[in-house]
Amino acid sequence: MADAKVIPFDDDRSRGSAAQRPQRRRSAGNRRPGTESAPVREVQPLPTRAVPQDDVPVTSDEQPPQGSGDGDGGLERRIASGLAFLRRRLTGDYEVDDFGYDEELTDQVLMSLLRPLYDTYFRVEVKGVENIPSEGGALIVANHSGTLPMDGLMMQVAVHDNHPAGRHLRLLAADLVFMLPVVNELARKLGHTLACAEDAARLLEQGELVGVMPEGFKGLGKPFADRYKLQRFGRGGFVSTALRAGTPIIPCSIVGAEEIYPMIGNAKTVARLLGFPYFPITPTFPWLGPLGAIPLPTKWTIQFGEPIPTDGYPPEAAEDPMLMFNLTDQVREQIQHTLYKLLVQRRSVFF
Amino acid sequence: MGKVVLVTGVARQLGGRFVRRIQRDPDVDRVVGVDAVPPEHHLGGADFVQADIRQPGIARVLAEAGADTIVHLDVTGTPLGSGNRASLKETNVIGTMQLLGACQKSPTVRRLVVKSSTNVYGSAPRDPAVFTETTPPKSLPSGGFAKDTVEVEGYVRGFARRRPDVAVAVLRFANILGPTADTPLASYFSLPVLPTVFGYDPRLQFVHEDDVIEVLRIASHEPQRGTLNSGTFNIAGDGVLLLSQCSRRLGRPTVPLLLPAVTWAGSLVRTLGMTDFSPEQIRLLTHGRVVATGQMRETLGFQPKYTTAETFADFARSQGPGLLPPEALAGAVDRIAALPLAGGGHTPTQSAN
Repeated sequence: MADAKVIPFDDDRSRGSAAQRPQRRRSAGNRRPGTESAPVREVQPLPTRAVPQDDVPVTSDEQPPQGSGDGDGGLERRIASGLAFLRRRLTGDYEVDDFGYDEELTDQVLMSLLRPLYDTYFRVEVKGVENIPSEGGALIVANHSGTLPMDGLMMQVAVHDNHPAGRHLRLLAADLVFMLPVVNELARKLGHTLACAEDAARLLEQGELVGVMPEGFKGLGKPFADRYKLQRFGRGGFVSTALRAGTPIIPCSIVGAEEIYPMIGNAKTVARLLGFPYFPITPTFPWLGPLGAIPLPTKWTIQFGEPIPTDGYPPEAAEDPMLMFNLTDQVREQIQHTLYKLLVQRRSVFF
Repeated sequence: MGKVVLVTGVARQLGGRFVRRIQRDPDVDRVVGVDAVPPEHHLGGADFVQADIRQPGIARVLAEAGADTIVHLDVTGTPLGSGNRASLKETNVIGTMQLLGACQKSPTVRRLVVKSSTNVYGSAPRDPAVFTETTPPKSLPSGGFAKDTVEVEGYVRGFARRRPDVAVAVLRFANILGPTADTPLASYFSLPVLPTVFGYDPRLQFVHEDDVIEVLRIASHEPQRGTLNSGTFNIAGDGVLLLSQCSRRLGRPTVPLLLPAVTWAGSLVRTLGMTDFSPEQIRLLTHGRVVATGQMRETLGFQPKYTTAETFADFARSQGPGLLPPEALAGAVDRIAALPLAGGGHTPTQSAN
């Protein structure tokens, strides 16, 4: 557990020191081909939590020289581009879109902070990324679990790092996210927005890739005993939004997120006091204090399924509740089915 | 046939500029400016009538002028001179009621243009990221200027129902900025150190004063072919700036404060009368607000000359340099780029790209 403390420290360090940014960023770029050979990586034995975590800064420091080939010139260029980045940030000379999405900050800093978690800690294996179209709007619908919405963030990294076009996923998040200080700021900069029909429709119209987790808090905060049992898919609003925009729905199944915080209890009174939808009690939290908030290093698989087209329906179909329920069920069944298939294939929770 | 335009709120910079501009339009015969106090700036030869729109006397002014176009600009967030919040609210709400009452009786009125604000949407974390004209606000503004505008718009809607023969345009302006703008946000940005709310980086949208004058002009004339200038329109420049970007571009450091501290400091500053840091202002600087401008482009047929970023740049130029001028910071980074490496000769040029 002592070693697990490394995670926050590591994050802080890279956020604090500007000099480290260019290096980490370059390493992130180079790592992309690495993730494609995921089967090789996945075999790596990971006996303890400590090793991968300690590895992170080392590999990112070492990788760039071999990646960029020419030693000196590459370093110089990296420093130059790092300083150019710093200069743009300091003078405010960068762009954000209407939703507050800061593409530059996301690509260069925030993604690199998530990547160690994605690559080394959860060792995410991505399947079926070819089901995501390389352009135009699409709605990715995924299951939601893990007490903290880590699965959404990992899905965002998975799409960006594995998709050949490097597409950015725009997640729809609960209103609680936008009420919390700091969290709302980071969420907006990462390109997330409020899960409401208006925002989703606007993003899909702009041809963005939108990610939604229709289970919401019901899925996120379900007890450990109910793991991998899909909860009700809201009111199916996501289907009518996709139908109106005529964009395909891509079901996505995430395995591994359920076990990061096995929620064995829910302190409802505390939750009500804090204004949260639930207050998790896990074998380690809150007993071990902040240490108990460290997720278990489970092995993740994210599978993107066959797209379900919605452009064949007439425009008034979005008002048809029967069709809505049928499509919602179809998406739900497909995700549940894939979840079971992935679970059967899984050797162990941690490897 | 010439038009007679009656403009309220001409003692303010914006009203004065609008009067001077619309007078130059060929099909405008006469412009009558109305305000409770005489303007300090000249009105370019327009007639000025000193009248308080809160008093029923406004009906006589309207009848005597025989105005066919009313441009109601006296809906504002900052009191002029020594006025206080209560009299401001009275001017905004009672003044609008009186003016609309006068319009309803007048047989000559054909067109009414009302300056409103995107404040009517409020700012809440549960709102969609982008407001369209039809988005219902999740949390109605509880007081201040925002509530005034909501009430003003309510009365204007009632008037439009009762007088369907009058073309009514309600223009919801985003934060107006520019070299001479005297809006609360402009005075906020001229503070040497900007207090911000810790953990929030609001998205802001600006509209340039020149664009405000232009769009008011479009709304007060007959619509161009293929456009419609009655209805409710959001008016804002393209794009979005985050508050952190604004402070960096202005070169003014920020002091993040916890939300309760900001609320407290806001009320303290307000009591001292230093600047109008109202609760709705704090909400705007916490959650931000962005509006869709599709209606403005497609229906009203107005293309703003300035984007949000250009508006802000124009405003920043009119302000003095801040404590951390962006040029100085950029220069410092360039010097670092030139420093450490032997081959540093070409790095600065690269980083400048």
